[in-house]
Amino acid sequence: MPIVNINVNGKLVSAEVEGRTLLVQFLRENLRLTGTHVGCDTSQCGACVVHVDGKSVKACTMLAVMADACEVTTIEGLANNGSMHPMQQAFMDNHGLQCGFCTPGMVMTALDIVNRNGNDLDDSTVRKELEGNICRCTGYHNIVKSVKAGAKTMGE
Amino acid sequence: MYDFLYHKVNSVDDAVAAMGNADDGKFVAGGQTMLPTMKHRLASPSDVIDLGGVSDLVGIANEGDALVIGAMTTHAAVAASAEVQSAIPALAKLAGNIGDPAVRNRGTLGGSIANNDPAADYPAAVIALGATVKTNKREITGDDFFTGMFETALEEDELITAVSFPIPMTAAYIKFENPASRYAIVGVFIAKTVDGNRVAITGATPCAYRGMKFEKVLNEDFSSNACDAVEVSVDRMNSDIHASAEYRAHLVKVMVKRAVDACG
Ligand SMILES: Cc1cc2nc3c(=O)[nH]c(=O)nc-3n(C[C@H](O)[C@H](O)[C@H](O)COP(=O)(O)OP(=O)(O)OC[C@H]3O[C@@H](n4cnc5c(N)ncnc54)[C@H](O)[C@@H]3O)c2cc1C
Ligand code: FES
Ligand code: FES
Repeated sequence: MPIVNINVNGKLVSAEVEGRTLLVQFLRENLRLTGTHVGCDTSQCGACVVHVDGKSVKACTMLAVMADACEVTTIEGLANNGSMHPMQQAFMDNHGLQCGFCTPGMVMTALDIVNRNGNDLDDSTVRKELEGNICRCTGYHNIVKSVKAGAKTMGE
Repeated sequence: MYDFLYHKVNSVDDAVAAMGNADDGKFVAGGQTMLPTMKHRLASPSDVIDLGGVSDLVGIANEGDALVIGAMTTHAAVAASAEVQSAIPALAKLAGNIGDPAVRNRGTLGGSIANNDPAADYPAAVIALGATVKTNKREITGDDFFTGMFETALEEDELITAVSFPIPMTAAYIKFENPASRYAIVGVFIAKTVDGNRVAITGATPCAYRGMKFEKVLNEDFSSNACDAVEVSVDRMNSDIHASAEYRAHLVKVMVKRAVDACG
């Protein structure tokens, strides 16, 4: 079986995996990082979004072996010494979640939006950028608010 | 997903050699179509040959009269490229409206055209711009490349290395998209070139095609009104839960007219 060396949230992990092991399975089942969710079978919901070498990807649509020698950041990698990342805090402050299932993917996508579009975001940019993330609870309104607020705090 | 032998390769030669040794091998590029298909067990290759490490296949070069884009260049890279934005802005816009940001970070030009989904965006650009598909064996014109639904002129062990897109005078791509996936229900790419206008239509029929009747009227009078004279036959149109054949035939003309207007 192939061996992968992946830097996950700043820690180097080395493991033997089957070729068919998805990155999301590797994170959840091998590393027990269960913050990254699986919400669909069709690569459409975005609950599984993580960053690989700084770019958002759907961890359900990438093999673990494809992430060999890469840096992976998951939702667990955001908090700093027990205090939430400003984007996580913004989701809490703005009621950007209800059941919370979509939230890890939303937050990881939100950070990717800030990386590419800066800290001053308008509604239409955020809505377009969130096209790959589905939420069945909130109606998106407060998610958009949270992303904008989080982006702003990150710039301060 | 059934298990398979995974091969990481660093060169086109190694990729083709690995394919030659495999029972029932498949190349994988971004995996954005292939992995969902394998998860559903609609494909179960014995060997998967990952092109992700072949750096020769990534890149965008302006050769003066054409943009040459490597097969493994992601949709995100094409969308963000200053080179593409200035030479063929319609192509950058097309790439930037494929799926969503995470899909664009992995999905590639080569994977998209090799797959030839009837609703994919890139085939319209390849046909309308009169592009040439370069493989490890030969060069194939855009007109000859797409042969049917999910079918191309590629042989089993043939690998796309790059696509050369001639730079048009002006061009536009307009799609009526499925709001959930952003795949084209109908998409129209129009290129104005020194040799005349080229119109390509995707999403409407089992395989993207050239709208020759539209080209003819547009070569005489490049205006959206001129398109009213063209009858779009319902016969070959796709019909599914997203749109009936009649609706698609109607959309074809509407999208052609919008693309003409967008060309200015
Ligand atoms: C949620 C979602 C939304 C999407 N929306 C759109 C959309 O709006 N418009 C659109 O056009 N597409 C859309 N796609 C498809 C996306 O663009 C894919 O990236 C593309 O279809 C396949 O590219 P890939 O690099 O992922 O190829 P893969 O999935 O890796 O491969 C696809 C096929 O191409 C073959 N292949 C790959 N590279 C080569 C090569 N260099 N030479 C020969 N054969 C090769 C593979 O063997 C395989 O058969 C969407 C996908 C998803 C998951
Ligand atoms: S689990 Fe739905 S997109 Fe990955
Ligand atoms: S908060 Fe429940 S799915 Fe988004």
